[in-house]
Amino acid sequence: MNKVMSDKKVIALYVLPAFLLLMVLVYIPIILTGYYGLMRWDGIGAMEFIGLDNYQRLLQDSTFWRSAGHSGLLAIFSVLSLVGYLIISMVLAGKIKGADLFRKIYLIPMLLSSVAIAQLWMRIYHPTNGVINRFLESIGIENTPLWLADTNIVLYSIFIPIIWQYAGFYILIYYAALKNVPNELVEAARIDGATPWQIGYKIKLPLIAGVIKVTIVLAVVGSLKYFDLIWVMTQGGPNGASEVIASYMYKQAFNTYNFGYGSAIGFFLLILCLIVTYFIRKLTASKEDVQY
Amino acid sequence: MFKKAFTKVMAVGFTSVLLFAACSGDEPTETGSGDQAGNGQEDVTIDFMHLWPSGSSPDHNRIVDGIIAEFEEMHPHVTVEVETLENEQYRNQLQVISSSNQLPDVGMTWAAGFMEPYVRGERFASLEDIFDDEFRDSFVGGVLDGYQVDGETYALPVELNIAPVFYNQAIFAEYGLEVPKTYDEFLQVIDTLVENGETPITLGNRDAWTGSMWYMYLADRFGGETALNEAIDRTGSFENDALIDAAREIQTMVERDAFIRGFNGLSDQEAKSEFMNGNSAMYMIGSWDLPNFTTNEDVPQEFRDSIDFFRFPAVEGGAGDVDSWVGGPGVGLFVAENSDVKEEAKDFVKHFVERWGEQSVEEAGIIPGTQVDTSAVDLPDLFIDVLNELNNATNITMYADVQMSANVADTHLDLIQALYGLEITPEEFAQQHEQALLEEE
Repeated sequence: MNKVMSDKKVIALYVLPAFLLLMVLVYIPIILTGYYGLMRWDGIGAMEFIGLDNYQRLLQDSTFWRSAGHSGLLAIFSVLSLVGYLIISMVLAGKIKGADLFRKIYLIPMLLSSVAIAQLWMRIYHPTNGVINRFLESIGIENTPLWLADTNIVLYSIFIPIIWQYAGFYILIYYAALKNVPNELVEAARIDGATPWQIGYKIKLPLIAGVIKVTIVLAVVGSLKYFDLIWVMTQGGPNGASEVIASYMYKQAFNTYNFGYGSAIGFFLLILCLIVTYFIRKLTASKEDVQY
Repeated sequence: MFKKAFTKVMAVGFTSVLLFAACSGDEPTETGSGDQAGNGQEDVTIDFMHLWPSGSSPDHNRIVDGIIAEFEEMHPHVTVEVETLENEQYRNQLQVISSSNQLPDVGMTWAAGFMEPYVRGERFASLEDIFDDEFRDSFVGGVLDGYQVDGETYALPVELNIAPVFYNQAIFAEYGLEVPKTYDEFLQVIDTLVENGETPITLGNRDAWTGSMWYMYLADRFGGETALNEAIDRTGSFENDALIDAAREIQTMVERDAFIRGFNGLSDQEAKSEFMNGNSAMYMIGSWDLPNFTTNEDVPQEFRDSIDFFRFPAVEGGAGDVDSWVGGPGVGLFVAENSDVKEEAKDFVKHFVERWGEQSVEEAGIIPGTQVDTSAVDLPDLFIDVLNELNNATNITMYADVQMSANVADTHLDLIQALYGLEITPEEFAQQHEQALLEEE
C-alpha cells in the first residue's frame, strides 16, 4: 500500500479527475470572466479590447454603487441575524424538551428551493390578498403597506425571507458546534457557581469562536453575491429599489447586451468578496485559538 | 491551526462557488446540435430551435411538428432536428450559443431591439432573396418593419398582436357603465368604479412593459402616431408636450386610484389573475391572451362570456386616432448566417410561415404575421373582432421597449415604474428619456 501511495503517477491519477473538474468548472470561468471584463462585447458579435474602461465606468456608475449599497445592507442584516440564530441554538443545545423537533422545524426553509420560497412570500406580501395585509386590515389599519411596491420598504421586505431562509443552516452549524463543547467544562463552571448566562457567554461562546468566524464570512460573502429571491420577487425593482450587485450584473450581461461590462461587475464582485473575507479574518483573528 | 486552514478553505471555496454562479453564463455550452454530415451526399439536417415545448404549449408544438413533417415529405433529403426551450431559457441560450457562433440553422428571435445585436454581429442571414411580391403582400402591412435592419429583412414574423383594453361586462353592467368613447368618459368610468369599491384596472407593473402600454396609448392619443416613434428614432425629441402630457395623465390615473393596489410590486401574471377572478373591471394585454377569454376550457364559461374589449378612447384635442393601436410582432424565424444549409433553411422558413399562417389562429389562438381570411376560419367572435380591428388599424405602434435599444429600454422600464410610483415628475420622466436616447446616438 505504501508503495502504491508513494508512486507519484498514482497520486496524480487520483487527484487528476477532481483537479480537471475544478479547473473546467471554476478556475477557467473565473479567468474568462476577468478576460471578458476587459472587452467591449455585446455577448454576440466581435469583441473589442478596451483595457480597464469597464472598471472605470464601474467606479462612476451610480446605479452600481446603489446596488452595492443594498448588498452591503443585506450583509449587515445577515450578520446581525447571526446573533439571533446563536441565541436560538444555545436554547436548543441546552437540555430542553423537543430540541430535536425544533431543530428540524428551523431547518425546513433550507430544504425549499429559493423559487418556492419567493412564490410563498409573494403570496404573503400580496397587497390585497396577502396574509399580512389581510391581518392588518382586520385590526383596522387602512393604508396597509405595499410590501413589494413601496420603494422605501421593498428591500427590507425581501430581507425577511432571505434571513428566514438561512436560519436553519446557521442554527444547524451553531447547534453542532455547541454540542461539541465538552460537558465537563460546563459542569465544572456550574459547580463553581456560574449562572447559565455566564456559562453561555464566558465558556460556550469562546469555545465556538472559530465556527462563529466562519459563519460571519459565509453570511457576508453570501449576502454580497445574493441573487435568487430578489430576482424572482422583484427583479430589482421597482425602479432599482431592490437592485443588488448580482441582479445588476445579470441585467447588464443578459438584458442590455453589455456582456463585457457585466463580466467586469462579476469579477469586481469576486475581488470584493476576497477582500472582505480577508478583512473579516484579520479583524476576528485572535492571538491564540482556544483549544478544547 | 487546523481550524484556520479550514476557515480559509471554506472562504476560498465559497468565493469560487460564488464566482462560478456569478458567471456560469460564460461557460462554453455544448448544444447537442451542430452540423452533422448526412449519410448520402444530398442528405442534410436543419437544426431548428423554438420556444414552444410540448408540455407548456401543446397546440403550438403540434402545429410545428405537422409543418416539419410536411416539409420533410416535400424534401426527402432534409431532416429537421428540433430543440425546444422555455421562453426565458431560450433567450439566455440563444445569447450563449450565439457568442460561440453555434446558432441553430433556424431559430426564433424577437423583433427590433432584441435582434439588432445579432444582425450587427453577423449572426443572422438576410432573408431578402426569398421574397417575391406575392409573398411580401401576404404579410400584414408594416409588420416586417420590425424585423428589418438597414432596410433588409432578417426574420419572418409568426406572431402579431395588438393590445386592446379588455373589460368585464358584468362589472360594467352592475354600475350601468358604457364603453367610454373619450378619455373624459374613461376617467368617469374609473371614478364610478372607485366610488363603488371596485378595482378599475389591474396592472402588473413589476413587468413594466404592461405599464408602458398604457403610457404609449396616451402618448399616441395626445401626440398622434408619430410622437413617440420620432422621439425614439431621434427625428424628434422626448421632451415633447404630448409625451409629457401623457406622462401627467398616467399620474392622474394613479392618483384617482385607477390601478390596483401595489401594482408596482405585482407581476403581470398576478395582475391577470385579479382580472380572471372578476376582481377587476379592466385589463390591458396583448391579443395573445385571447384564448383565455374565448376558448380556454380551464376558464369558467361565465367569465369568458362576460369579456369584451374596447379601443383606447380618444383624447379631446389630441392628434391621435382611435384606430391606432399599440402592438407589434412577437417572435419571428431567423436563418443563421453561418448555416451550412442556408438554402434549405430559407425554404423551410418560407414554408413554415405560409403554413403557420393558415393554421395558427384556429389551432393555437395565435394571430400570425400573415393576413388571415376571417371569412374562412371558424373562430369565436372576440377573435374575429380583434382580427377585424387589426385589418382596420390605421397604425400599429410597436411596444416602446421593443423599439428601443436594450439599454434605453432598460431605462424606459425603470422610468415607467418611477412614473407610476409618483417618484418623478412628468418633466423629469421626459428629460431622463431624452438623456438616455441622446447617449445612444
